[in-house]
Amino acid sequence: MKLLGMGVAFLLLGVSGPVPAQPIADVPTIAAASDLQFALEDIATRFRAETKLDVKLVFGSSGNFFSQVGQGAPFQLFMSADEDFIFKLADAGRTEDRGALYAVGRIVLFAPHGSSFKPDARMAGLKAALSDGRVKRFAIANPAHAPYGRAAEQALNKLGLWQSLQGKLVLGENVSQAAQFATAGSADGGIFAYSLALSPAVSSLGNYVLVPTELHDPLRQRMALIKGATNAARAFYNYLQQSAARGTFKRYGFVLPGEL
Amino acid sequence: MDWVALKLSLSLAAWTICILLPIGIWLGQILAWRSFRGKALVEALLALPLVLPPTVLGYYLLVAMGGASPVGKLYHDLTGHQMVFSFEGLLIASLLFNLPFAIQPMQRGFEAIPREVRDAAACCGLSRWRTLWRIELPLAWPGILTALVITFAHTLGEFGVVLMVGGSIPGETRTIAIAIYDRVQAFDTAAAGVMSATLLIISLVAIGFAYLATSRLAGRQHD
Repeated sequence: MKLLGMGVAFLLLGVSGPVPAQPIADVPTIAAASDLQFALEDIATRFRAETKLDVKLVFGSSGNFFSQVGQGAPFQLFMSADEDFIFKLADAGRTEDRGALYAVGRIVLFAPHGSSFKPDARMAGLKAALSDGRVKRFAIANPAHAPYGRAAEQALNKLGLWQSLQGKLVLGENVSQAAQFATAGSADGGIFAYSLALSPAVSSLGNYVLVPTELHDPLRQRMALIKGATNAARAFYNYLQQSAARGTFKRYGFVLPGEL
Repeated sequence: MDWVALKLSLSLAAWTICILLPIGIWLGQILAWRSFRGKALVEALLALPLVLPPTVLGYYLLVAMGGASPVGKLYHDLTGHQMVFSFEGLLIASLLFNLPFAIQPMQRGFEAIPREVRDAAACCGLSRWRTLWRIELPLAWPGILTALVITFAHTLGEFGVVLMVGGSIPGETRTIAIAIYDRVQAFDTAAAGVMSATLLIISLVAIGFAYLATSRLAGRQHD
């Protein structure tokens, strides 16, 4: 029958196609906090070139990955933006061990071109714009499950801006979406990861300043191998702790463990 | 352009229509020709994915298929891997949220076949299968084709359910719709633009195709 033939044709179209050099099953999936979006792509590219091994990167909010790993999602390495998630998974017996600290993150206050305020470290410009009613929308990651959102909330709270921002906040599902919202011009600005602001794709869209570290708890980013991780995942895990990868993290604005 | 994601979406859509084709024909016929107690309830249940927020369906699927549920456990014992965050889990979700898109057009197709035609076929002593193959399917084909095309296009476009039960794993659960979302977040607007345009064209062709088939179906009813 013609219809069935069409279905089968689609099916073949779906299953055929370019065959990857490494069997799919051997390519480990890495769940990474979205502040690593640009840095980790760089590191993975070098890793692939040097080791001839492949990894699949999935970016999202650490809190979501935490629940997904808890439900048995097939990730082999979890790079969290908040070490507490790793410790909880370790206590639940999901990870091989308590993992390794790989970076400490910073946050920035960002204002796109044409925004209603100029960013400064103590957020005086934002405060003035808020009291004038010039700030309509301000983007941060969802503090409920995104570590960078929580850091943003802490900093805004310390500076007494949290209450006046209520009703104006747009919450990104993760810090990368928060950056997307903050830079696109539809929001007056936002707070997100320094590592994202350093990428040319983002920095060309506006101005930013680093938020002083004393305004929020340190964003201690820890990673751990999930139980059942393959050798390729292990190789990537080790690679991330060597000098080439550490250099890339540093270039993307992370503070390295041992340099605190 | 994320070819892996497009391939995955096409594969998911193809599996979905292949499985829903016999189910849709069977249920479409029953709903078109028979009346029974609780028919309205059955039709309402089958139409539920049309109005239910995808996140609600996604939430229930996550609970039902998760590692802690009996179904999820059984599946894990049988296959050795989790049902959620896998292609198979995604396919089950896809079959469920596509039920109304597959069944309703087929039901309309079968409803358009005059009762006398079916009676005549039965009088002539045609077997059940021959009636289906030679009389009913050829007459109901616009409805069936519409169902397949809409289901196919809808699978490519589904986002909410896939986001909830999929986990965006490349080559496994990252469909083209999810890949677009990921690319936007990665500030890769060029790739997001190309993929969006691809989906737009596929959807437009599918809808145009469905309208064409439906107008032929309507034309036949007026004859």
